[in-house]
Amino acid sequence: MDPVLIAQIGVILFTFVMLLTSAAILVLMERKVAAFLQQRLGPNRVGPWGTLQPVADIVKLLFKEELRPGAADAILFTLAPILSVTAAFAAFAVVPWGGTTTLWGLLPEPVPLRVADVNVGILVLFAITSMGIYGIVLAGWSSNSKYSLLGGLRSSAQMISYELSYGLALGAVLLLGNSLSLTDVVNQQAGHWFGFVPRWFVVLQPVGFLVFMIAGVAETNRAPFDFPEAEQELVAGYHTEYSSFSFACFFLAEYVNMVVVSAVAVNLYLGGWHGPFPLPEAVGGLWWVAKVFALLFFYIWMRWTLPRYRYDQLMHFGWKYLLPVAVLNLLATAAAVLYWG
Amino acid sequence: MLFYVLAGVAIAASLLVVGQRNPMHSVLLLIVSFIGLAGLYVLLDSPFAAVTQIIVYGGAIMVLFLFVVMLLNATQEEMPARTTIPVKIGGRPLRVGAILAAVFLAEIVWALTRVARAPIAGGEAVAATVQSVRQIGIAIFTTHAFAFEVTSILILVAMVGAVALAKRNL
Repeated sequence: MDPVLIAQIGVILFTFVMLLTSAAILVLMERKVAAFLQQRLGPNRVGPWGTLQPVADIVKLLFKEELRPGAADAILFTLAPILSVTAAFAAFAVVPWGGTTTLWGLLPEPVPLRVADVNVGILVLFAITSMGIYGIVLAGWSSNSKYSLLGGLRSSAQMISYELSYGLALGAVLLLGNSLSLTDVVNQQAGHWFGFVPRWFVVLQPVGFLVFMIAGVAETNRAPFDFPEAEQELVAGYHTEYSSFSFACFFLAEYVNMVVVSAVAVNLYLGGWHGPFPLPEAVGGLWWVAKVFALLFFYIWMRWTLPRYRYDQLMHFGWKYLLPVAVLNLLATAAAVLYWG
Repeated sequence: MLFYVLAGVAIAASLLVVGQRNPMHSVLLLIVSFIGLAGLYVLLDSPFAAVTQIIVYGGAIMVLFLFVVMLLNATQEEMPARTTIPVKIGGRPLRVGAILAAVFLAEIVWALTRVARAPIAGGEAVAATVQSVRQIGIAIFTTHAFAFEVTSILILVAMVGAVALAKRNL
C-alpha cells in the first residue's frame, strides 16, 4: 500500500485519538485549575498528582445505570447525545493542526496534518456547529421535563443569537485572509512585521478576536454564559434526565467543542502553527498545542472567576452590543481591505 | 449510485414529513431532507451551495421552526376527526390549496420538459460560476444585482411586517 495513504489514514486516526485525549486532559485541568483558584488541592488520590482522575471518572460514568424517563420520546432521547458528540467531532475535521510532515524523511512526500482540506472549510465548520444545536434542543425537548425544556429553549435562543456575531467576526478574518480554507488563512500569518511583530491576524483584528472569543464562549455554553445548565434555576438544564454513557456524550461534546473553538481561534487569529520564532521540525507542532491550551486555560480561568449573567442580560448584550460591534468591525475591515488591499 | 442514495433519502424524508403525527418529528425529517439535498449539491460540484443550504435551511431556519413547535408544545397534532382523509372537500382553503398545487405541478412538468429538450448552453462556464465563492459573489453583485436588491427589500418588508404584527404598540 502507498505509504502516503497510510500516513493520511494515520493522521486522521491520530487526530481523533488526540481529540479524545484532550477532552480527558481538560477534565483534569478543569478540576485542578478550579481547585487552585479556590485554594484547594483538587483531585490527588488517583495516580500521581491525580492524573488518572479522568479515567476513574469515565469508568464510574460507564458503570452507572442508563435511565430514561417513561414519558420521554424514546427515539429522540437516544438520538440527542449522539448528535451532540458527532457534531463536535465532525467540526474538527476541517481544522488543520500543523503544516506538513515527512515524519523525519520516512515518507516520500510531505503529508498535511489535517483530516480534510475543504475549500469552503470555514463555512463547513459553521454548518456543522449549527447542527450541534439540535443535540441540545432535542435533549431538552425529548426528556419531557420542565427543566430540560427550559434549558433546551435557552440554549437554542442563545446559540442563534451568538452565532451571528461569531459568523461576522469570522467574515472579517476571511476578508484579510482572502480564502475560505483554514490552511490558507494560517499560511498567510507566517513571518513578521518590522522583523519582530508576528504577522498574526489578532494584531489587525483585536476587536474581531474579542467578539469571536465572547461568542465562542456563548456558543459552547460555558460560564459565564452557561444558562442551558444553570444549576440554581434548572437543576442541570438539557441533560437533567440523562445518565451514564449518554450523559458522558454531552460532557465529551462540551469539552470537544471548547477545543474546536480554541483551535479555530488559534488558526484564524493567533497564527496557527507559526510561532514567534521557529522550533525544530520534531517539536514544531508544539506552538499550536501551546496556543490552544493557553486559550483553554483562559476558558477555565474565566469559568471559575466570573459569576453567571442573568438570561436577559445575555440577550441584551448579544443583540445590542456584540452584534453591532461585529457589524462595524466587518465594515471597517472591508473598507480597509478595499483601501490598502 | 450516490445520487440515488441521496435522492432516495431526500424523497423518503420529505414523504415522511407529511406523514408524521408529531410535529417535532416532522421538523427533524425536514432537516434530513435538506441534508440530502445538500449532498446532491456536492455531487453537482457546488460545495458552496451545499454548505449554504445546511447553514441557512438546516441550521438557522429549522432551529426557529423547532423553537416555535417547542413553545407551542404541540406534542400531538390535534385532529378534529379521527379520519385521516378530510371528508369535507368543499372548504375554501382546501379549494385554494388544490388550485395552487395544480398550478405548481403544471409548472414543474413544463420546466422539466423544457430542460430535457434544450441542451445546457455554456455548461462549463456555469459550473465554474457555481464552484467558486468569488465568482458567485461577483455574479450576485453585478449581473444579478437587481434581483439581489429586490430580494433584500422583500425580506426587509417581511421583517418590518413581523415586528409590526408582534408589537401592537411600538
